[in-house]
Amino acid sequence: MQHGKYRFIVGFLALPLGLYALFVVWPFIQSIYYSFTDWTGLSPEFKMVGLDNYRRMLDDEIFWKSLQHSLMFAVVLPLVTLSLALFFAFMINVGGRRRRGGPVVSGVRGSSFYKIVYFFPQVLSIAIVALLFAFAYNPDSGAINSLLRGVGLGSLQPLWLGDPNLALWCVMAVLVWSTVGFFVVLFSAGMASIPTDLYEAALLDGAGRATTFFRITLPLLWDTVQSGWVYMGILALGAESFAVVQIMTTGPGGPDYSTTVLVLYVYQKAFRDGQAAYATTIGVALLVVTLAFAAVVMRLGRRERLEY
Amino acid sequence: MGSTSAENNGAVGTSGVGRRDLIKRSAALGLISVPAMSFLSACASSGGDSGGEKAKAGTKTAKNPLAVNDSAPMEFVLFDGGFGKEYAEDAVKIYEKDFPKAKVKFAATQKIQSTLQPRFNQGTPPDLIDNSGAEQMDMGVLASKNQLTDLTPLLDAPSYDDPAKKVRDTLRPGIVEMGQLDGSPVWILYYAYTVYGVWYSQKALDSLDEQYPETWDQMLAVCAKAKKKGMAGWTYAGKYPYYLPFSLYPMIGKVGGREVLDAIDNLEPNAWKHPAVKACFDAYYELQQKGYVLKGTPGLDHIQSQTAWAEGKALFIPNGSWVENESANVIPKDFDLAVSAPTGLDSSDKLPFGTIWASGGEPFIVPAKGKNAAGGMEQLRIMLSEASSKNFTGKVKSLTAYNGGTDGITLTPGLKSGVAALEKAGDNVVNPRIQDWYVQLQKEQIGVAGLGEMMAGRITPAEAIKKIQGFADAAAKDSSIKHYKHQ
Repeated sequence: MQHGKYRFIVGFLALPLGLYALFVVWPFIQSIYYSFTDWTGLSPEFKMVGLDNYRRMLDDEIFWKSLQHSLMFAVVLPLVTLSLALFFAFMINVGGRRRRGGPVVSGVRGSSFYKIVYFFPQVLSIAIVALLFAFAYNPDSGAINSLLRGVGLGSLQPLWLGDPNLALWCVMAVLVWSTVGFFVVLFSAGMASIPTDLYEAALLDGAGRATTFFRITLPLLWDTVQSGWVYMGILALGAESFAVVQIMTTGPGGPDYSTTVLVLYVYQKAFRDGQAAYATTIGVALLVVTLAFAAVVMRLGRRERLEY
Repeated sequence: MGSTSAENNGAVGTSGVGRRDLIKRSAALGLISVPAMSFLSACASSGGDSGGEKAKAGTKTAKNPLAVNDSAPMEFVLFDGGFGKEYAEDAVKIYEKDFPKAKVKFAATQKIQSTLQPRFNQGTPPDLIDNSGAEQMDMGVLASKNQLTDLTPLLDAPSYDDPAKKVRDTLRPGIVEMGQLDGSPVWILYYAYTVYGVWYSQKALDSLDEQYPETWDQMLAVCAKAKKKGMAGWTYAGKYPYYLPFSLYPMIGKVGGREVLDAIDNLEPNAWKHPAVKACFDAYYELQQKGYVLKGTPGLDHIQSQTAWAEGKALFIPNGSWVENESANVIPKDFDLAVSAPTGLDSSDKLPFGTIWASGGEPFIVPAKGKNAAGGMEQLRIMLSEASSKNFTGKVKSLTAYNGGTDGITLTPGLKSGVAALEKAGDNVVNPRIQDWYVQLQKEQIGVAGLGEMMAGRITPAEAIKKIQGFADAAAKDSSIKHYKHQ
């Protein structure tokens, strides 16, 4: 019955692949083409300039700074977000104390409430979240410094987004806050599909929470964690980091270039400085970084798949 | 000023998807969501000049000196910002009355560049644009790529009110020069007229028993007095420190003379190393060092700092005349808003007290590839009439490029004070062009990385000057930006 199998598959895939090629692959090719021109973005006239844009990019200090920050985003954000999400999901689903007459595996008390609390930021647009936090970080009358004053730490009044040593971390914290809930739900779903007998067996053998987590939950959840990592990393390299940096930070991108990221730099070059071709060049660099990131995560995370 | 950007977080729970699918899917996702790229080429050019035919010229008459084709459609896109759109709608009504057969398409948007960039690339831009706001298109690039119409015919046409007077002669000083980028063509017509300086509450100053300080020693004394009363001397838009130059640049001009500012604009080597620059930087730095700047200011944005200032937490703020409209809802009724030319150093300054920065705002352009350039210019001519100018000033509390037009309307306190400051300044109006010539240099490098860091107390004036001179030298060498010189 293998006869015609490929034709069958191709028949189904032709349309989505065509759309994908037209709206995703083709713009990429176009962008790469534009990176070899001196297109301004404001006029249809341009000419080929060869590798000039790339040469310029390699000499561009701000490009390197943005790259560094973007890589920080891609490494630190998934690490923090996923660790937190794993912890929360574990506590919600598995980590509860065993109650008499209750199920063998259960979450801490009030876990369904926590689930909603964690997921709540997901319903807010990132632009709103960024604005809210911009107010909270206001060093004069913002919630955080007011809180510090309230608990008697009045001498400690950081500038938050106004301090080049803190600004990047402040921005990252906002992204962690707004995305962790999604992964709690994702991991919860993953944990729900782990057979309970495995936990029962572990409990009979006297395993504690930590052992259960590292020996059963994490290995069986590994695939989900890995895709979560890639997904989060791409978000961190792209849209999300742009929104928070553009809305929240000084300049934007400051103070003193302390929060500039690659996407923001693309945007500024294309839509502020009238240098669309140079922007596409940085876009190409971002493409390379993103693909490399995904490849590295996939490779490092490769493990033997457990079937159950 | 400032900008917002909406970005949707479209992540939705995918618990229904098997884990193995997810991993494959996320690989594909990597390709999809590499951002910006497809976004950019979405507005890529279709190439060629598909502009279509231009409207035929009409007949030139006394009432129609620009020879507008009275039946040709005209399209006008306005930046819908702090000044709103009503004033332009009113002017459009006049155009429609003058040319009843013409169909006028009017649109107001905050997204100038995202709306119009594709149309420039296709060669089908509208006939008149208010190119303003956070998404302002780079005028130097537009001009150098032959996308703009030379507005000289408009300036040489008779004015709307008086056929014996050219439009050129009805404008405030500096407006025509500002519209020239290089050489004689006039590419831009700035419609609003902004007074920059130090803004304060006359009432607060009175409560301290003080006059506005004319020398820096007096300034420090006023700030010390205010501090005793629990009020900071200064605040500024810490997140956008490029507001500081609104009072700092004219101060440099006052202390060292116009040549210093011109050298800075021309990106001359060592322009920033002039002693006047150092003296003014030191003066501002002293405010910070003595604790006269509102605590936390480097972390405030323009709205937050203006609010703190309106609440009486700080006495002075460097700003432009739009602040009266922008902060209208936080400024108390008895605030008695006033603006002053910046305080100088002492009596050895080159220019007298009163030297102020005033210049055009709201740049209007007539695209070269539009179909009805004459119509666009005629619309501008209507807006530059006395009646339209008065209408604008009355509605949005700002002056226009039209010289005069304030008689018979009740001026708000800030506007009144601005007019008085202009009168006092006389010829001593400076207009540093670095602001519109080199946007990145002015905002990001001088503003955020230089002045912002200095006023946050993280670098000294000497370090700031060295840093800024480095940025200016780099900009002078950068072949990807267009360079200008004062004529």
